[in-house]
Amino acid sequence: MHTIVKSATRSLTIGHDQPFCIIGERINPTGRKKFQEQLRAGDLSAINKDVADQVAGGCNMLDVNMGVPLTDEPVLLAKAIKLIQTLTDLPICIDSSIIEALQAGLEAYEGKALVNSVTGEDERMEIVLPLIKRHGAAIIALPNDETGIPATVDERLIITEKIMRTVEKHGISLDNLVIDPLAMTVGADPEAVKITLETIYQIRQRWGLNMTLGASNISFGLPHRHALNAAFLPAAMSAGLTSAVMDGRTAQIVDAVRAGDLLLGLDPWGGNWISKFRAAQLAQAAATAEAQHQ
Amino acid sequence: MTHDEILKALFDETLVGNAPEVLRLTQLGIEEGMTPSSILFDALIPSLEEVGARFERGDFFVPEMLISGKAMSGALNFLRPLLALTGAQTVGTFLMGTVKGDVHDIGKNLVNIMLEGAGFEVIDIGVQVAPEKFVAAIQEHKPDIVGMSAFLTTTMPMFKVNIHEITKAGLRDQVIIMVGGAPVTQEYADVVGADGFAADASTAVRVAKDLIQKRRALVTF
Repeated sequence: MHTIVKSATRSLTIGHDQPFCIIGERINPTGRKKFQEQLRAGDLSAINKDVADQVAGGCNMLDVNMGVPLTDEPVLLAKAIKLIQTLTDLPICIDSSIIEALQAGLEAYEGKALVNSVTGEDERMEIVLPLIKRHGAAIIALPNDETGIPATVDERLIITEKIMRTVEKHGISLDNLVIDPLAMTVGADPEAVKITLETIYQIRQRWGLNMTLGASNISFGLPHRHALNAAFLPAAMSAGLTSAVMDGRTAQIVDAVRAGDLLLGLDPWGGNWISKFRAAQLAQAAATAEAQHQ
Repeated sequence: MTHDEILKALFDETLVGNAPEVLRLTQLGIEEGMTPSSILFDALIPSLEEVGARFERGDFFVPEMLISGKAMSGALNFLRPLLALTGAQTVGTFLMGTVKGDVHDIGKNLVNIMLEGAGFEVIDIGVQVAPEKFVAAIQEHKPDIVGMSAFLTTTMPMFKVNIHEITKAGLRDQVIIMVGGAPVTQEYADVVGADGFAADASTAVRVAKDLIQKRRALVTF
C-alpha cells in the first residue's frame, strides 16, 4: 500500500517498502509559551527557523498545528501553510482537531496534503471524510471512539476495521488512509508501548495499511527522552510503522530511524546512510580547513 | 517499632512507592494503637507532599509519582472506614472529570493522586463527561471543588459550556471551579470564568487548598 502526498513540486511515497517518513512535529504551539504569544499577535516569524531546523534535521514532511486558544485557528493555519510553502517544498501534514481549520488549511495548501486527524467517532468521520474526498487528500485516523482510548489491541483493531469501511463508503481508497495506532507514555502504563507495537504489527499483517503516530508521546514524564524515542522508533518500524510525527531536529533520533531503514532493508546497500555520512564528513573537513585557514 | 518509627517508615516507603509495605505498616500502626488521622496527616500526606515538591523541581518523574500515589491509595482504602468512624474531616471534596469530546486522562489521574495525597476526597467521574453529568454529580456529591480537564484546543470550550450549565442549574455559588490540561492557560481559565487554574498536578493541590481556605474564610466572617 502506497500513500502518496505532494507539495506543489514534490511527491513523497509512504509505504512498507519505502524509507521511513519522518514528519517533523515542531511547528506546534502546544507547550511553547513564547510561540503562542507571537502567534496570538499575528507574528509567524518563528516558523522560519522551525522549518529550516527540521529540513536540516532530515524531515520528509512537516506537521503544522496552529492550536492556540483564543485565536482564529482557521485563519492562522491557512496563513502558516502559505508561509511554509514559500520556505520549503516538503509536503505538509495539516494538523487540527477543528474542522473549520482543516478546511481552511486544505484550501490554502498547494498539493496533496495529509490531514491529521479524524477519530473513529461516527459523527466526526461524517464531517471530515467528505472534506478529504473533496480535496483528494489523505487522512490520518485514530482508532478511538466515543467511549475513550481503547486499552486493548483487539478494541483498536475493531475500530480500525470500522474506520476502513467508513472511509471506503465515502469513496476514499485505503491507500489514502493512514492509521494512528495510538502511542501513549510508558511512564503512566508499563504496557502502553507493548500494546502500541502489537497493534502496529496486527494492522500491518491484516491490512497492510500505512501508519503514523506521535512518537514523542511514549516518553512523556520520563527523563532522557531522546534515548527512549530513539529506541522506540526502530522497534515500531520493525513492527510495521511507516511514518511518525516526531522530533526531526535531534540527530540521535533521526539517526536511529535512518539506521532502522538500513537494517530493515529499506535503504538498500546503505545508499542513504553512506551519503549522509559522506556529507557530514565533507562538512567536517570544510569546517577544519576553515579553522586552519584563520 | 515505636509510633515514630512507624511514621518514619511509612513516609519513606510511600515516597518510593512500596505499596505492600505501606499497607503493612498502616495495618501495623492501627494494631499498635495509632490513630488513623495520625497515620494520614503525619506520614502519608507529608510523604505525598514531598513527592509533589520533587516532581515540581524535576527530581521526580511521572512513574514515581504514580507508584507513590498507588501506595498511598492502598493505605487510604484501609483507613477510610476507620477515618469515617472517628469523624475525621477531609480537606475537601473534589469532583473531577475530563470534558465531553475528550478522552485524555493521564493528567487528570495525576492530579487526582496528588489531591488524594493531600487529603482530599476525590470523586472521579471519568472522561467524556457531558455538562448534564457534571451538574448531576454536583447535586449528588456536593463537592467543594469541581475540576475539569481538557487536552485539546477543540474540547477546551466545553469549560465554558459546563460552567454555563452549572450556573443555569443554580449551583455556581456552591462550588469552586478549577480547570486544567495541556493547552489551558491562566488567561483562558479567566476568560471561561473558572475560579482556579494550575499548570501541573502539585500546583493544582496548592491552588485547590488556597481556594477552599479563601472560601471558608468568607463563609466564617
